[in-house]
Amino acid sequence: MTVAEMIHSLFLINHAGDIFLEKHWKSVISRSVCDYFFEAKEKAVEPENVPPVLQTPHHYLISIYRDKLFFLSVVQTEVPPLFVIEFLHRVADTIQDYFGECTESLINDNVVTLYELLEEMLDNGFPLATESNVLKEMIRPPTILRSVVNTLTGSSNVGDKLPTGQLSSIPWRRAGVKYTNNEAYFDVIEEIDAIVDKSGTTVFAEIQGVIEASVRLTGMPDLSMTFMNPSLLDDVSFHPCVRFKRWESERALSFIPPDGNFTLMNYHVSSQNLVTIPVYVKQNICFFETGPCGRLEITVGPKQTMGKTVEALMVTIHMPKAVLSANLTATQGNYSYDLATKVLVWDIGKLNPQKLPNLRGSLSLQSGAPKPEDNPSLNIDLKIQQLAISGLKVSRLEMNGEKYKPFKGVKYLTKAGNFQVRT
Amino acid sequence: MQEWANQLCENRQFGSKMTDSKYFTTTKKGEIFELKAELNSDKKEKKKEAVKKVIASMTVGKDVSALFPDVVNCMQTDNLELKKLVYLYLMNYAKSQPDMAIMAVNTFVKDCEDLNPLIRALAVRTMGCIRVDKITEYLCEPLRKCLKDEDPYVRKTAAVCVAKLHDINAQLVEDQGFLDTLKDLISDSNPMVVANAVAALSEIAESHPNSNLLDLNPQTINKLLTALNECTEWGQIFILDCLANYSPRDDRESQSICERVTPRLSHANSAVVLSAVKVLMKFMEMLPKDLDYYGTLLKKLAPPLVTLLSAEPELQYVALRNINLIVQRRPEILKHEMKVFFVKYNDPIYVKLEKLDIMIRLASQANIAQVLAELKEYATEVDVDFVRKAVRAIGRCAIKVEQSAERCVSTLLDLIQTKVNYVVQEAIVVIKDIFRKYPNKYESVIATLCEHLESLDEPEARAAMIWIVGEYAERIDNADELLESFLEGFHDESTQVQLQLLTAIVKLFLKKPTETQELVQQVLSLATQDSDNPDLRDRGYIYWRLLSTDPVAAKEVVLAEKPLISEETDLIEPTLLEELICHIGTLASVYHKPPSAFVEGSRGVQHKRLTSSAGSGESVESPDTGSAAVSEAPTAVIPSQGDLLGDLLNLDLTPPTSTGPPPAAAPGMQMGAMDLLGGGLDSLMGDESEPLGGDIGGSPAMGAGFGAPPAAMPASFNAPISGGLDDLFDLGGGGMTMGTYIPPKAVWLPAMKAKGLEISGTFVRRSGVIQMEMTLNNKAMSVMSDFAIQFNRNSFGLAPAGPLQILTPISPNQSIEAALPLSTVGPVMKMEPLNNLQVAVKNNIDVFYFSCQYPISMLFLEDGKMERQVFLATWKDIPNENESQFQIKDCHLNSDAASNKLQGSNIFTIAKRTVEGQDMLYQSMKLTNGIWVLAELRVQAGNPNYTISLKCRAPEVSQCVFQNYETVLKN
Repeated sequence: MTVAEMIHSLFLINHAGDIFLEKHWKSVISRSVCDYFFEAKEKAVEPENVPPVLQTPHHYLISIYRDKLFFLSVVQTEVPPLFVIEFLHRVADTIQDYFGECTESLINDNVVTLYELLEEMLDNGFPLATESNVLKEMIRPPTILRSVVNTLTGSSNVGDKLPTGQLSSIPWRRAGVKYTNNEAYFDVIEEIDAIVDKSGTTVFAEIQGVIEASVRLTGMPDLSMTFMNPSLLDDVSFHPCVRFKRWESERALSFIPPDGNFTLMNYHVSSQNLVTIPVYVKQNICFFETGPCGRLEITVGPKQTMGKTVEALMVTIHMPKAVLSANLTATQGNYSYDLATKVLVWDIGKLNPQKLPNLRGSLSLQSGAPKPEDNPSLNIDLKIQQLAISGLKVSRLEMNGEKYKPFKGVKYLTKAGNFQVRT
Repeated sequence: MQEWANQLCENRQFGSKMTDSKYFTTTKKGEIFELKAELNSDKKEKKKEAVKKVIASMTVGKDVSALFPDVVNCMQTDNLELKKLVYLYLMNYAKSQPDMAIMAVNTFVKDCEDLNPLIRALAVRTMGCIRVDKITEYLCEPLRKCLKDEDPYVRKTAAVCVAKLHDINAQLVEDQGFLDTLKDLISDSNPMVVANAVAALSEIAESHPNSNLLDLNPQTINKLLTALNECTEWGQIFILDCLANYSPRDDRESQSICERVTPRLSHANSAVVLSAVKVLMKFMEMLPKDLDYYGTLLKKLAPPLVTLLSAEPELQYVALRNINLIVQRRPEILKHEMKVFFVKYNDPIYVKLEKLDIMIRLASQANIAQVLAELKEYATEVDVDFVRKAVRAIGRCAIKVEQSAERCVSTLLDLIQTKVNYVVQEAIVVIKDIFRKYPNKYESVIATLCEHLESLDEPEARAAMIWIVGEYAERIDNADELLESFLEGFHDESTQVQLQLLTAIVKLFLKKPTETQELVQQVLSLATQDSDNPDLRDRGYIYWRLLSTDPVAAKEVVLAEKPLISEETDLIEPTLLEELICHIGTLASVYHKPPSAFVEGSRGVQHKRLTSSAGSGESVESPDTGSAAVSEAPTAVIPSQGDLLGDLLNLDLTPPTSTGPPPAAAPGMQMGAMDLLGGGLDSLMGDESEPLGGDIGGSPAMGAGFGAPPAAMPASFNAPISGGLDDLFDLGGGGMTMGTYIPPKAVWLPAMKAKGLEISGTFVRRSGVIQMEMTLNNKAMSVMSDFAIQFNRNSFGLAPAGPLQILTPISPNQSIEAALPLSTVGPVMKMEPLNNLQVAVKNNIDVFYFSCQYPISMLFLEDGKMERQVFLATWKDIPNENESQFQIKDCHLNSDAASNKLQGSNIFTIAKRTVEGQDMLYQSMKLTNGIWVLAELRVQAGNPNYTISLKCRAPEVSQCVFQNYETVLKN
């Protein structure tokens, strides 16, 4: 359970397998330790398939793959791997937060800032500050203007005061926040994860919900949010600011929010009867025993959309390796087939219930290749505005502790998460 | 307006130049020289830029250590950013430049007194990271001040620094009293300071496994639980992991801790969630199962585990490995959540394989239809490894859920029809297992299987198919042809296939002797004369001799009814599982290996066990099911009779010692082993076989075929060099067994501690009943009455089988005898020492507590005599690490007397051997909870010192057992 020394070193590795940043918290570990990782990467073929925990003779390598980059940490003693993985994601989040995106070139452009950040985030394996607002008080995010001013005035982008949030009982909020426009917006976003089998029966379906908040309020506002149907929420995880006791007793979210954007709550609705599937897919993909070709036909139609429009509808199919090209006709939208990745994408757009979109035509196979054994699965993407498919609804949002009247708003959005149709 | 835009544009350009990538541009020669000049510049800004360039080079792994003195010179500055950058550099290079690093000490010491707490903290933190002995000396004073700093930010940083310093120089930390200061910080008013102190202490405790650093008591636990609510997510993990090491006093305390930990299950940080799950899984053991709260807790555990599966794939993977453990320990938690483990095609392969494993563990009659439909779907996927595992999983379903077996078999047949080569092979391997589990039920499919014989190219599949043909030879018309076809390339086959082929042909011969003589001779000569593989050769000889001496016995041995295979073949051994449950969330839990496997160098390990289950060894009893620790692939389920013989043959017959390496396969040794078997099996079979059973063996052809031993046989074949097995199987002389040894009564509760009540007592075991015999002596002035007795949970679940029968009040100065029968079905909790028993006695005056220790032989069962073969196999099967050796000094009994004496305490002698004047007694005993202990007692004539080696799957009991030997033998 030694959490200490949890991360000995961190290596950032790009898609091609080049190490472009290394940070050692204790002693320097030779980057040759990454060879074990490269070996595993080679073996896994796809970068997504590299096992996240690897054992080497003297170290353990724990890695995540994000934004086409590997964040590889080296640990020497028994540590909770989740701890490390969570921390690595937090590093990636911070990079995104500070530099706008998590890419190799942006990291190279800001390498010293990142180095300073990493030093603030971890001490001897003990995470110090991982909250974005605490970090920003200590190391200011780079902006074009600031670097110019800094150069001219010689001032620095390192804060010289102790961050106020660092030790208070509400570490997520800094003191003295001031806004001229006080506003609190919440997005209730639900993703449908589902597996539908070839006969159209739902094998598995669940909803991953999240409430994203964007709060810009002066002072120390104390918010409380209640729901029309809180009984839906039996599996939740909260931002640390949410008072758990109030939730247990009154089913209300009561919290002093962090300043800015944050995830207030994640929830999970798995009870099958609460999960409705908004569209149906009729599909027929077959390959002929004789001759190097096959046929494809797909139709998408609305199922349960609660009277809302389905938008940004898209069907993605990973074709068997033998498929060389697709000669198809779409009644709506465009399709493309990428020969290299064997991915067929049909971008449909808005779903018109009167005129169902259809894609049909033939597939040609490598001549001489055997009939493909595997049946390709379809991945569905879609969006429905102003609807939380679980039926979750916010009933009230109140603010205490401050006198002004803020602007408040709640938006709903349903998306397809991992929505698969088997063939 | 235009001007403004231009300016903005210029700024942009200027800005883009300002990014850190410019620090990389100077990669030409003389770079170091240039940097040196810049570092020594008068201009502050230039200096800072130079240090940034140095740091940038460092991040990409360039060696800039040559600049050490120049960078250190920049350290004395009031610019915090510059200071931080220099500190960064120092941490990286101080180790390689220890003498130079001393230059920095003064600045550090000064910074530790700075007015700004940020600088104080930064200085003490950096100093701790510089692993240079000379610097640590100077660190002590500043560190002492910072540990008591008024600012909590400094205190929490200093707490971590103690752990760093301890890692560099443990003695120094102890001498300076920093550990006590650190312990005091657990009571700090600031929760983050508490969390860091806990983390630092935990880390230090790790290198001192037996130290009492984290002395957890109800008060400190309360403080930790309070801090838990208020500290950061990372601090919560430290605290939860620390809590998991605590052993609550009773179920009420256990419940109250659980209640305060459950809110953590709703935390957004998955590491917090899993650490909370660990605490709950562990403390749950203490809760009575009929408690309402127990059920509530079980229900609360499911949703957070399910939620972990919607996180990023890396997190899912770790969660799944842990869920795998949780499901084995408490399947009820997730039994309704099968669907969340269904595989999505774009899951990474490592997630897919884990999900599949858990699906099988959760498969039950209720959900088997769904599971099978899924598995069939997976069997058509692209990834070969995954498809194979899915096919295997179908077989495991059949074995696990009897009602589904038929459906599974037909699914497998469908898959075989796809003719995809690796699918067919996997299917055949699992169908073999299904035959083992349900004999005489699905053999109708054999014909279909035989059609695919040709396409099998993997050894495991070939071996499985050959086994099937041999096992069902009587139902397959052309079995001889099929087996013969394999024989052609005999020497190119893998050992697995060769062994299986040998056994299969022998089976065939025993079933159809008339048509297959030629075949069996062919295979025997291939195996014995043309093979270099000792296993194969030895097995060949065994069959040869068996068939030549006594074909009826051969039939009994080779065609014996096989034991059914167990339902789940890859369960983790219970003791390991318990240990792993205590380590949920760690690397050990990901690798399913004991934590000791993860310790590098000198660091110690804490062995953690679930409190209530010191001896839950239900499956330990049989050496077949509880085998080895973890097996990645399902273990082979069919130890055919041949294997068993093979095992016997491989058995190391030299006196087992804890350190002795297995004998090398030197020719001499091998001959010895064969000799043993020659003699041993002869006499073994000779005893058992019926004289009239010779109708097969009597046929003339047989005689011709087997009568003469082949020329290659060693000449000494029948020479009785050392009849080890003979002796082993020959029970050492009978003789009278002596009675049980009963320890004399000892005073358990002195009168002065119990208001005049004195209790002395002892334990006896009479015809299977354990009794606690007590003398209660009233040394007080008043009458005592209303006696009652209660035990605390203990290692073996001892509990009063009835109330304490003291019917009349005890008057002053009177003593009374009481016998209390005990059962062993009470609640279990591991005690230290193992045989410790805590007792509470109540009377009309008060309640009194005492503890006493029972001889472990009270728990030895009357049926603790192990079968000889089982003993051999078990001894071999228990890993050598579990063996402990003790000396018993000054014992003057001869081996027979010792054996008799021990038998009185249900320690049974199974075999005795004499080697060079040394008697070896092989003994077994069985504890009430089903744990077997095997012993080898060595007695040398004229030497009063005995050596005893104990082997047990639960090695904790060895010490107790040894003590018991000593007491029994010496009294």
